[in-house]
Amino acid sequence: MSDLKTFKGGVHPHDYKELSREKRIEDYPLPSSVVILMSQQLGSPSKPIVKAGQEVKTGEPIAESTGFVSIPQHSSITGKVKKITEAFTPLGTISQAIEIERTQDDIWFDGFQQLDIEKTEIDVLKKRVQECGLVGMGGATFPMHVKLSPPKDFKIDTLIINGVECEPYLTADYRLMLEKTESIIKGARILMRILDLTKCIIAIENNKPDAIAIMKEKTASSQGIEVIALKVKYPQGAEKQLIEACTDRQVPSGGLPMAAGCIVQNVGTTYAAYQAVVEGKPLIERICTITGAAVPENGRKNLNVRIGTSVKEILDYCKVDTNNIGKLISGGPMMGLAQKTIDTYITKGSSGLLCLSRKEAESWEPEPCIRCARCVDHCPIHLMPCLIAAFVEKKMWEEAQKYNILDCIKCGTCSYVCPAKRRLVQAMKLGEFEIRALMRKKKA
Amino acid sequence: MSNQLLISMSPHIRDKGTVSRIMWDVNIALIPALIGSIYFFGLTAIYTIVSAIAGALLAEYLSTKIRGVPNTIKDGSALITGILLAFNLPPHTPLWMPFLGAAIGIIVGKQFFGGLGNNPLNPALIGRAFLLASWPVTMTKWYENMAPSGGTLSGLLKAGNLITSATPLTVMKTISKAKHALPAGGNLEQSLIDNYNALIDAPNLINLLVGRVGGCIGETSALLLIIGGIYLLAKKIIDWKIPATYFGTIFVLSILLGGIEGKFCIRTGLFHLFAGGVMLGGIFMLTDMVTSPVTPLGRIIYGIGGGLIVIIIRFWGGYPEGCCYSILIMNVTVPLIDRYTRPKIYGFIPPKKEEVKNA
Repeated sequence: MSDLKTFKGGVHPHDYKELSREKRIEDYPLPSSVVILMSQQLGSPSKPIVKAGQEVKTGEPIAESTGFVSIPQHSSITGKVKKITEAFTPLGTISQAIEIERTQDDIWFDGFQQLDIEKTEIDVLKKRVQECGLVGMGGATFPMHVKLSPPKDFKIDTLIINGVECEPYLTADYRLMLEKTESIIKGARILMRILDLTKCIIAIENNKPDAIAIMKEKTASSQGIEVIALKVKYPQGAEKQLIEACTDRQVPSGGLPMAAGCIVQNVGTTYAAYQAVVEGKPLIERICTITGAAVPENGRKNLNVRIGTSVKEILDYCKVDTNNIGKLISGGPMMGLAQKTIDTYITKGSSGLLCLSRKEAESWEPEPCIRCARCVDHCPIHLMPCLIAAFVEKKMWEEAQKYNILDCIKCGTCSYVCPAKRRLVQAMKLGEFEIRALMRKKKA
Repeated sequence: MSNQLLISMSPHIRDKGTVSRIMWDVNIALIPALIGSIYFFGLTAIYTIVSAIAGALLAEYLSTKIRGVPNTIKDGSALITGILLAFNLPPHTPLWMPFLGAAIGIIVGKQFFGGLGNNPLNPALIGRAFLLASWPVTMTKWYENMAPSGGTLSGLLKAGNLITSATPLTVMKTISKAKHALPAGGNLEQSLIDNYNALIDAPNLINLLVGRVGGCIGETSALLLIIGGIYLLAKKIIDWKIPATYFGTIFVLSILLGGIEGKFCIRTGLFHLFAGGVMLGGIFMLTDMVTSPVTPLGRIIYGIGGGLIVIIIRFWGGYPEGCCYSILIMNVTVPLIDRYTRPKIYGFIPPKKEEVKNA
């Protein structure tokens, strides 16, 4: 197995994927209403362009983008705008939102024509991706069109399709690769055309042998697309680590992944690009894994849900007794966000709803650091988290910066391995927040 | 809503390892050598170990009480200090001595600095250094290891059996001193050459490996210590880099520098590895997480540095043994080593030349 590619550092948490890996993607019934957040992407929030009472069709634009690093939003059902309201984002902040009540089954908005992958002009393809509100669906929710518009001074030569899904528990990308293999490959073709690339790597971790096999089979005749099996290790799905694993290149400190000549897109995002171009469907649904010990066996699912669906209703649909949930996590257990309420809504970044049982929902009391150096040995960026955390605790921002706190990718590896259960990532986040604030102050 | 969801920052799952689990694993790794010490030295080993453990635990308990912090006896770290100090003492010390040494180690070496994780030096060795400086005669009085002749506990119970004897290292020291005192071109006395050859002879090396020699109660059996070391390596509690570089340095340098009449012999290297506290120190004390570097390169430098000091003290210093001081001295260098051996970060960009000048 040692001939498999990987990156340096990282950990091997138990992946718990057995809970939901055999569950085929299932369409969630059309919700009676949806709440679509204006801040569900990285970048500036979208601006509503509909009014209360207005009728909207499925896929119809309801909010416009407010800048380059922003996206439009679309109605995910056919119905009537109830009101412009507010709702919690997965981060726990409050965002403007549009609530829509469904009046009937889907009537698709006809503003997006179906395009031909090979014959359509590149600019039209690119515009389509932008108009359809595509963001990175692995969880980062970075607007896709920004990544597809590399500045001219970057020499990009490789597109990496991220099928790693290194977060434990999540199986949404895995199911998608098995069930929508050809669409993903076509999506990759679209991205290759937009970026004018001849080389594409589809990277999948070795714990998904069937996904690797089917991808290899379907790409056998595809020129320029190569499927690479990677050694199982967290955080291999992180952009920088994936680039290192696939190409042996490193993204320069403080730089964009483009600087290493690579553009990384998640398989879910790639599939969304296929839908946007070939089917003329904006991003109004996604695959979300409902899993965890607090979900009964027959409730664990990989659901195809409309954006804006109520989390509460989904949990109900999956027969989850909410009293059994100790911790509700949006995303996976390593980087996902603990939710303070179940009254939230599916966003474009909702890769999973992980319901930990009350027993699993531990909060760990930190003990003194014993300098065991596990955090140093496992950090995928090769930082010294134990030392940086000590600097942050003493508010020694300059020292923390000298020890490269700003390079941290917040993957959680250090906290995961720490035997003293120290809150290392927390210190990293706090330190970065304070240092960035100081830097802004200095500039002003 | 009746249900209270727990909110905390990611990651929401953690590795099973805990601090006390690590400490208890170290204690488990010490068991083979502990049983060996009782086999080789009999009741005195039991007395010494129990007394040291009592001193360590009592000191830990009282210190945490006085400091008003949670009692940390259960984490097993004070127990390690007690056992390690006992292992570093000769047999038949008066009973108050291990007790006092362990207490000093815990109080001065560990709790003064803020308890577990904050001590710059190995607490057990602080205790030993304190005892050695205060009662040098008692601390260097060696007794014949009874096991080969007596072999059983009952044979050891008779106090009359005690015979003071030299340890292999004190014999070696005499030879080494004579070697240095030689005028250019002079020859060593034949008796010293015979002694030297007997020391590095295969039967004696086997005695050293098994532990049938005089010395501190826990350090004599290299084999039993290595068994504990393998356990620690398997449990990923110690990093192989520290013992490997420490032993490697001692092995190579003693072959190059430790011979007589200009001869190099692998057996000299083996002698210096198995004699004295090198195995105990290199596996259990130099590797103590709290007092060793956190960087991979740092651990290599640290191990080599420790080995160098052992060689310098054994060949040119005033003591026959250099293990304890090699560890204490290297402990002091750890912050400096860590500072200059930071791992190269992912995506490292070398600073431009002008920036280096300005820095």
